[in-house]
Amino acid sequence: MPNKTFFWFFLPTGLAMILFIGLPIISTGIQSFYAQHDQVVKEVKKCDPFGCTVSIVVDQEKTSKIREEKPLGKFNGFGTYVDRNHLAVEEIGNFWNETNSFGEFVDQVTNLPFYKALIFTLTYCLFVTPNVLLLGFIIALSLNAVTRRIRGPLIFGTILPMIVTPLVGSLVLFWMIDAEGIIGANLQMLMDDPYLSLKSSKTLTWITIIIYGIWHHSPFAFVVFYAALQTVPQEPVEAAIIDGASRWQRVRHIVLPHIYPVVTFVALISLMDNFRVFEPIIGFSAEGSAQSLSWLIYDNLVNEEVILFGSAAATSMMTIVGIAILLAPVLIRTWKEFRTAR
Amino acid sequence: MRKTNMKKILISLLFLLFGTSAYADCNIKSGSINILANDFPALRTFVETAKGCKGSADFKVTHSSEHNKIAVPALTANPSEFSARIAANSSIVPLMNQDLIRPLDDLVKKYGKGIQDSQLITIDGKIMAVAFMANTQHLYYREDVLKELGIAVPKTYEEVVAASEKIRASGKMQYPYAAAYKAGWNLAEEFVNMYIGHGGEFFKTGTAQPSINNAKGVATLNMLKKLAGLSNPDYLTHDSEAIKVEWESGNVALMTLWASRSGTLLDDDGDAKITAATKLTGPATVAGGNIPAATLWWDGFTLAKNRSDADAEATFRALAHAAANKKMVADAADQAVWLIEGFKPGPKSIGVIEAVKMKAKPYPMLPQMGLMHGALGSEIVEFLQGKETAEQALKDVEAAYMSKAKEQGFL
Repeated sequence: MPNKTFFWFFLPTGLAMILFIGLPIISTGIQSFYAQHDQVVKEVKKCDPFGCTVSIVVDQEKTSKIREEKPLGKFNGFGTYVDRNHLAVEEIGNFWNETNSFGEFVDQVTNLPFYKALIFTLTYCLFVTPNVLLLGFIIALSLNAVTRRIRGPLIFGTILPMIVTPLVGSLVLFWMIDAEGIIGANLQMLMDDPYLSLKSSKTLTWITIIIYGIWHHSPFAFVVFYAALQTVPQEPVEAAIIDGASRWQRVRHIVLPHIYPVVTFVALISLMDNFRVFEPIIGFSAEGSAQSLSWLIYDNLVNEEVILFGSAAATSMMTIVGIAILLAPVLIRTWKEFRTAR
Repeated sequence: MRKTNMKKILISLLFLLFGTSAYADCNIKSGSINILANDFPALRTFVETAKGCKGSADFKVTHSSEHNKIAVPALTANPSEFSARIAANSSIVPLMNQDLIRPLDDLVKKYGKGIQDSQLITIDGKIMAVAFMANTQHLYYREDVLKELGIAVPKTYEEVVAASEKIRASGKMQYPYAAAYKAGWNLAEEFVNMYIGHGGEFFKTGTAQPSINNAKGVATLNMLKKLAGLSNPDYLTHDSEAIKVEWESGNVALMTLWASRSGTLLDDDGDAKITAATKLTGPATVAGGNIPAATLWWDGFTLAKNRSDADAEATFRALAHAAANKKMVADAADQAVWLIEGFKPGPKSIGVIEAVKMKAKPYPMLPQMGLMHGALGSEIVEFLQGKETAEQALKDVEAAYMSKAKEQGFL
């Protein structure tokens, strides 16, 4: 496609992307550098049905004047980024000086909310992405091998987890693993431990969410791999059969190299999706044991009676940076291959 | 002749059916009323009563348990989406902080006939809200279970622990105690109650500096942990609704729950035997304290600032009609502890009335309290899971609070 045609072809999409993705990100970025003005408070008498007390309120006259002058708030630079609820630079420095062993230091750092969330998010990505690729590939291979007559219904059944809304899917599982649900109660019987609860133990909650993630995302990998498998040329496969190659050797040396670009694509999309893990945490009411970066943003926006725009914006920006870092190796590799191919 | 007779009968039937609303019309000629409220039976009754008096004004209402998340953005818009917001001690604070509600003095003077002085919430001499019901968390117990094991009705949390241990030892119930310990707002509310019961203060006097990392804070956490150990192991995922279900399935014999939920526990749904044995008592004290480990709450209405005066007037007249309505209070005496004149407390009001008698403290109405509540909800979880010491958890709460308070300009 000539560059000029491409330009006109891409223009509407590009404009929409700038308008709906680019500008909001810039606005979020700007917001993350601001904090609220210093609150001017005054002591007043408050009376309610239970009696009167002297207590403080925000002085609206003075505050509104400051707000009118600078509606964005007080410029805070990277203040929000480095505070205790985000990168916690100062705190980590103190831990390093105060703790005696490296283990103790790691314990202290992972107790900070941002790092706690980062560790869960990375663990989730690390376990879910490869398993989704593997499981999706195995299902695609197996389905490709069954007779055509029953393939349709089987494919439909396989992509069901993806069709089910994530929140509904996780809620269903949440009730099943309840101490009195079908899975929870049977596990207690199997393990002979009446106090066993999948929801109260941190490790078990993580495992549940990861298994749910694999269950939910595998169909996507399967659909893409299945489509790719249809394009595998038959001649080399037949030649390999004549040469006496086993099924595994055929998959390893013919099928995999052929669909390799698709694998990269699925890995990229999965990584991006998994880094933003959010719904299962809400669905499983797992806030106590598992927090992700997306959950931190949500928490800042809705869980407090005061909305922490600066905090939420800072975490959002760091999530974007996080995804960029994660994707960098794959992107660089694709770029290099693209260059050599030309 | 027969036709006119039929007509008469029909008209009188219609009057019987819609009599209350026709009778209640307060002659509001214009304006538009739009109310945001939490979702529980008493509030629905209240808003319905107000609707009966809407006259020719436009009337809309949004009942949502997510009301806290909508309120500030919806009232910040100009003109604001809602003309009134039914708020409570804690949820009025963000509205005050952002200057989103208007003083009601003139309207109360003009249209507030029948509203008692005790219903008025005044801040710095200005009426900011009109309260109509009170709420608190108190103890519920199963009379049959306690009687069978010879346990007296507990008055302190120490007795609650002892009673629960006895019930567990008897083999009748494995997890005899329940309270809403869901990580987040609910868990933090339990901490606030227990800490106030210990006589604790959240902030250094006159400042926004936190002061919970002390002996009282540690004692509070230890008591919460003891109670959690006697609850269903999934307690960190249980909110008020979940423990209500636990109670109705007969798994629990002692429970701390909102007074406003007693109506649904004592209705005809569910096992009649459990319902008959469900009894209410005041909130428990803790650590030898005099005041109960509970906070008092009021629910009242506030009017949006960013809305025309005509709408505010129409809204006030309709809501004031409900907030001084003896008939509503008599008809719905079971649904809430009304603060309205003419309310005769029934058996379901015992919890709140006991709490007031025992001089329970109201939930602190401080501008920075929401941030403390939020920090508590997430930072004390690891202590309950046994992964952290009480001191470390309290230190974390203070640190998390301070970062948020700095961002919000309180420190």
